[in-house]
Amino acid sequence: MAFRTHVLVCAGTGCVSGDSFATAKALEAEVQKQGLASEVKVVRTGCQGFCAQGPIVIVQPDGIFYCGVNQKSAAHLVQEHFLKGRPVKNLMYSPPAEKSPIPALKDIPFFAKQKLVVLRNRGIIDPERIDDYIAVDGYTALVKAVTEMTPEQIIGEIKRSGLRGRGGGGFPAGIKWETCRHAAKARGVEPVVVCNADEGDPGAFMDRSIIESDPHAVLEGMIIGARAIGCQEGFVYIRNEYPLARQRLLHAIEQARDYGFLGKDILGTGMDFDIEIVQGAGAFVCGESTALMASLEGRVGEPRAKYIHTVEYGYQNRPTNLNNVETWANVPLILNRGAQWFAGMGTGEVGDNPWNGSSGTKVFSMVGKVNNTGLIEVPMGITLREIVFDIGGGIPGGRKFKAVQTGGPSGGCLPEELLDMPVDFDSLTGAGSMMGSGGMIVMDDQTCMVEVARYFISFLTEESCGKCVPCREGLRTSLDALNRITQGKGSPEDIDLLHEIGAVMQDCCLCALGTSAPNPVLSTLQYFKEEFNAHIKDHICPAGACRDLIEYVIDPEKCDGCHACVAGCSTKAIMGDVKKQHILDKTLCIKCGACVEMCKREAINKVPRSHAA
Amino acid sequence: MPRLSIEDLKRIREDAKQTLTLRSGTARARVTVHMGTCGISAGARDVMGALLKEIENLKIDDVIVTTSGCAGLCSREPMATVELAGQPPVKYVDLKPDRIVRVLKEHVLGGKIVTDFALASGCETTG
Repeated sequence: MAFRTHVLVCAGTGCVSGDSFATAKALEAEVQKQGLASEVKVVRTGCQGFCAQGPIVIVQPDGIFYCGVNQKSAAHLVQEHFLKGRPVKNLMYSPPAEKSPIPALKDIPFFAKQKLVVLRNRGIIDPERIDDYIAVDGYTALVKAVTEMTPEQIIGEIKRSGLRGRGGGGFPAGIKWETCRHAAKARGVEPVVVCNADEGDPGAFMDRSIIESDPHAVLEGMIIGARAIGCQEGFVYIRNEYPLARQRLLHAIEQARDYGFLGKDILGTGMDFDIEIVQGAGAFVCGESTALMASLEGRVGEPRAKYIHTVEYGYQNRPTNLNNVETWANVPLILNRGAQWFAGMGTGEVGDNPWNGSSGTKVFSMVGKVNNTGLIEVPMGITLREIVFDIGGGIPGGRKFKAVQTGGPSGGCLPEELLDMPVDFDSLTGAGSMMGSGGMIVMDDQTCMVEVARYFISFLTEESCGKCVPCREGLRTSLDALNRITQGKGSPEDIDLLHEIGAVMQDCCLCALGTSAPNPVLSTLQYFKEEFNAHIKDHICPAGACRDLIEYVIDPEKCDGCHACVAGCSTKAIMGDVKKQHILDKTLCIKCGACVEMCKREAINKVPRSHAA
Repeated sequence: MPRLSIEDLKRIREDAKQTLTLRSGTARARVTVHMGTCGISAGARDVMGALLKEIENLKIDDVIVTTSGCAGLCSREPMATVELAGQPPVKYVDLKPDRIVRVLKEHVLGGKIVTDFALASGCETTG
């Protein structure tokens, strides 16, 4: 039989922290009690986007919008509205008298396709006030973890949720925690938990923003992890370039100590655990687990071979559990709302195999040639097209999309053909890129893919620690080849060389910095081979970006001698009297393009360099 | 500060919820200036300073001014969220010191949304 009325109770994180589950239960109980169970159905829905007035209840088909419905008012609502047919006025949301002159946030694509879990408190709580975090159910997961759950149950819940490491590797967090706990027990050595906040990818700022907006979520995740693994000591390894994030984290740790969430006898349960902040010194390689631990110990940040895992022998040779900022920030919500809820988002499913799909959401920082640059959180499995065009708002100036780079310097560039690919750990890896920690750089048709590959290889060449030969020499040789190609001096053999070095590095490098370093080169070679060929065979940069392969010329038909470009040229390469046609001296021109910006008549053109020059 | 028991935590949560939801407080509005690294580098500190100064000038005592992290749309920072009691929050973008003063006078005090720099109203979708 069809129900006459559906009661939609919001079960978004905002309303749940206003205890909407209790509201739903009270509604159901009263519906039952009044004998309406066959007519009225209570449904838990996703976020309604009006969290400030939660818990939200919507009655269909009447379309009546109630707000702030708590356990108490639920019974009254059922009796009045569903039994007697009289909508309850004082629970209704009263909209402003006139129609709102601005759109709703939910109708703006940038916000509509996002789903906030890790960033649920962004822009809502004051990150420097622990009471604000407590108000949105902060530290309730910790209470649950220390009073109601055994360490094995916590680990089981994290495993079933399918939470995989957000730092890039995608290793299931539950399995890591379990291995670390067992290793510590077997050896009788005290384990350590570490939070990796050494976010070094160019263009990435997810972890910085999470710490800046919600530092206590990270701390709570770590304390729960410590409880599950059995640690008394934890570290946050944060890069020195993040002063605000570090300061907010320090402040949060002090507040958590004052309240007794850190230190001796946490919440009176006998658990001891404290967290110390360690600052990195700006080396990219220190984001790699073994290098990070060497740096934690005060040694030079160099990786070691990993046939012995850090979960067994890590910091001070103790079993060490390293997770990244975003992974830790997911933990409290998984405990509060259950593995089932978490696995319900994304492409994973709840079960014994956390490798199965990608559960939950992912935070990305979207930068480059895209209209809405910013920090976004989306469910796993969303397509790249939705991210770039719906959330990102497309390419500025109506230009054409060329590629999106995911995973930072270790990731790859994906072309337009792959835009409908779902974003999850396994699809991205399969396409020759990777999830990485969540940097996403959008490129348009004016971006040269050879130059992009050259840029990332040059970044990695500087950041390579130099300990192993394949990485140290492989990167340098690759960079030389890419430099030759972007200068128009490359040969077809350079392509073979890049493939060969890439394959050797993937097989032989000591750490993930080296084994993933060829990704930007190999993925651009795979998807943008014709651009490499144009540089090598025709000495042309199709995007017009490589300075050695272009030149600027003044169109005598269009130039009216207004002199504007002369003022804009820093090397005085443009000459000519006012109202007379100007001349550009190619030997002085550094091809910065400033004159093009100044010219009002579009008389200066960028063209492929002529071979005679 | 004495260390908390689990009961204390519940009490703090109830108290803190009241101020965070504006539901039963005496404040007429809350203005949240988004101060992540992106906001600050775009000028959020100046916006905050101008707001506080004007509130002092006008001797307003029933508006809560607070800070929060990045609101996500970094390309439109500095941003602020204005929430009048009983109404959905409104997000403002591309703010400057003179603009936040206008928002204070016209929206917070006058109740009329400043459509010139208002982006949208409502909250974001949570999981």
